[in-house]
Amino acid sequence: MSETKTYTVSIYTENNVGLLNRISAIFQRRKINIESLNTSISEIEGVSKFTIVINLTEERVKKVIGQLEKQVEVIKAYYHTDEETIFLETCLFKIKSDLLFEERQIQNIIKESSARIVTVNKEFFVLEKAGRRSEIDLLYRELSAFGIMQFTRSGRISVSKEEMKISSMLAEFAE
Amino acid sequence: MDTIQTIKLQDTAVEATQRLTGKEAIIKCLLAEGVDTLYGYPGGAIMPVYDELYKYQDKLHHVLTRHEQGATHAAQGYARVSGRVGVAIATSGPGATNLITGIADAQIDSTPMVCITGQVASHLLGSDAFQETDIIGISTPVTKWNYQITKASEIPEVMAKAFYIAKSGRPGPVLIDITKDAQFEEFDFAYKKCKAVRSYKPVPKLNPDSVKAAADLINNAEKPMIVWGQGVILGGAEEEFKAVVEKSGIPAAWTILGVSAIPTAHPLNVGMVGMHGNYGPNVLTNECDVLIAIGMRFDDRVTGNLETYAKQAKVIHFEIDPAEVNKNVDADVAVLGNSKETLAALLPLLEEKQHTAWHNRFKELYQIEYDKIIKDDITPEKEGLTMGEVLEGINKVSKGEAVIVSDVGQHQMIACRYAKFNKSKSNVTSGGLGTMGFALPAAIGAKMGAPERPVVAIIGDGGYQMTIQELGTIFQTKVPVKIVVLNNDFLGMVRQWQQLFFDRRYASTEMVNPDFVAIAKGYYIEAQRVSKREDLAGAIEEMLAAEGPYFLEVKVEKEDNVFPMIPTGASVSDIRLE
Repeated sequence: MSETKTYTVSIYTENNVGLLNRISAIFQRRKINIESLNTSISEIEGVSKFTIVINLTEERVKKVIGQLEKQVEVIKAYYHTDEETIFLETCLFKIKSDLLFEERQIQNIIKESSARIVTVNKEFFVLEKAGRRSEIDLLYRELSAFGIMQFTRSGRISVSKEEMKISSMLAEFAE
Repeated sequence: MDTIQTIKLQDTAVEATQRLTGKEAIIKCLLAEGVDTLYGYPGGAIMPVYDELYKYQDKLHHVLTRHEQGATHAAQGYARVSGRVGVAIATSGPGATNLITGIADAQIDSTPMVCITGQVASHLLGSDAFQETDIIGISTPVTKWNYQITKASEIPEVMAKAFYIAKSGRPGPVLIDITKDAQFEEFDFAYKKCKAVRSYKPVPKLNPDSVKAAADLINNAEKPMIVWGQGVILGGAEEEFKAVVEKSGIPAAWTILGVSAIPTAHPLNVGMVGMHGNYGPNVLTNECDVLIAIGMRFDDRVTGNLETYAKQAKVIHFEIDPAEVNKNVDADVAVLGNSKETLAALLPLLEEKQHTAWHNRFKELYQIEYDKIIKDDITPEKEGLTMGEVLEGINKVSKGEAVIVSDVGQHQMIACRYAKFNKSKSNVTSGGLGTMGFALPAAIGAKMGAPERPVVAIIGDGGYQMTIQELGTIFQTKVPVKIVVLNNDFLGMVRQWQQLFFDRRYASTEMVNPDFVAIAKGYYIEAQRVSKREDLAGAIEEMLAAEGPYFLEVKVEKEDNVFPMIPTGASVSDIRLE
């Protein structure tokens, strides 16, 4: 038995209503927890991309990929380890504006974490940070001490180091 | 519009685009797909389509079942014997949810089926309107594809896609939900059959290297064994399969859905694998050196404990669905593709062989099973009637020409073990889902799908009462199905497990049954009950000779068990004979 690892599953699909339900059902039925999920357009016009992070053995990931690819509206599904992808998450912190002016330490934290101030007004300012989960977690811990009014983190987005040959695959379907 | 090639719709010549309502367009689509029979139940949200069905009664035979579940099973029965797409139709809400069991059954048994459901008007979607249910959400995990139509203009393309997806590749059920307003809406109709769907590859490309690798393994094998499944039938590969078996001389065993692809009497047909399969093929699965799986998916009821399944053998897997390869059993060689093509490619590479000594091993083990089990099953000396002797009695009269439709439980295992088949597509049963209540409605569809063949439903007293209302459908349509209820006044298979594994604690398995003959007669169906051996043969003859539908209840021994048996978690080679 292989060990559990973090895998990024990338699924290229048609852009149809209900497909999210169909895809998530494949994980739900096997009681696989989705750690993060992101959907977006892809590099090909009219093709959507799901990026899903799961912790699983490779043996089970392969079977899930088979079930995903079996779906009529799925063009292709891939799985990659962290080493095989470039990936990040992004997050937003909403923090009281007073702190920005009164606490020198918070300015240092922002500078060192290379977070970016998105907006500042009288009541609050919004901080945006993109990076690895550990960097975001660190920033979260550091800012917690001052009080976070709101926090949101996105799902993982990733690109693979290897080529994903979706265009040629679509040409093949057309044959 | 020059890219849209309008086709001639049977008698209704549609040379150009027509102005139609959605409801009429649906009928035109069904006719264009060659549908002649559909099963369903009307209701508010599908009434516009029913209004059109009324106008097209001469071209489309709508069968009013007594419950929507019956409509799906009838459509399945029709599809399984004819190889065509079965069609079921229902209204929204409960009509639609009642289809789910049949859809799930068709999904796991790869049966091509298109279900059409009415839906509340599009402006009411999500408003908890009367009889509104999210049937797309509910049916998603059990359909090959589903789609909700909210505009009439979507109808032709979506319907064409539905039939194409249901039938192509590994077949399965498709559900199309149509809002009531889309049924009334007018639009310019033109129909073009679907030939391809971007993102969907129904049949993987054949790889000649894998065929060569498979042939090399087979030609060098000393104790090869074939296990075939429904993939042979679904691929229409019966001829190619028979040629492969005969040229290679390899003993071939079947799964419950594969049976009848080659005749029962074929000398290389060595019987059924799996939990209640034959002794030889189960034991020898763990002795063969090359296991050739063709169009089967290594279900747990076939493999028993995977840790000890065919570990000594090289495994070759012929399969159309890539997701099945290495799913349960790792394949040394996987040959992807339609069985008709892959087996045709394999045939010329095979060496002619006999494997006589190896084949004799199957014969020896068959003899053991015959002496210990089969003899007493089909020619019993005890007083009580056995299910096996009823099947044997049917074999004698039908001579293997009948379609046997079985329900789920002991009688199903007995039917599959002992029914004799000469022709393909002759065994209709709920294999994967194990749906009690399947057989009676499925037999209705089977008889309509193969009207020239005798159709005999073999049902237990439990499953029979799950869809007994379909006697009304039989009465109304006069469809001449033969119904045999093997009545042991028990949920027999569960009782058998309780006896073997739960110290005979018969929790809720004893049935207090009604007068089944009186019920059948209440529907004006000819009926009789047999409880003595001397009456059995005559009753079977009378049933099969009857022109119309016929009901035969056979009171069988109450506490008989089905053997052989592979207990859950045991190895196929640890199959029990008692």
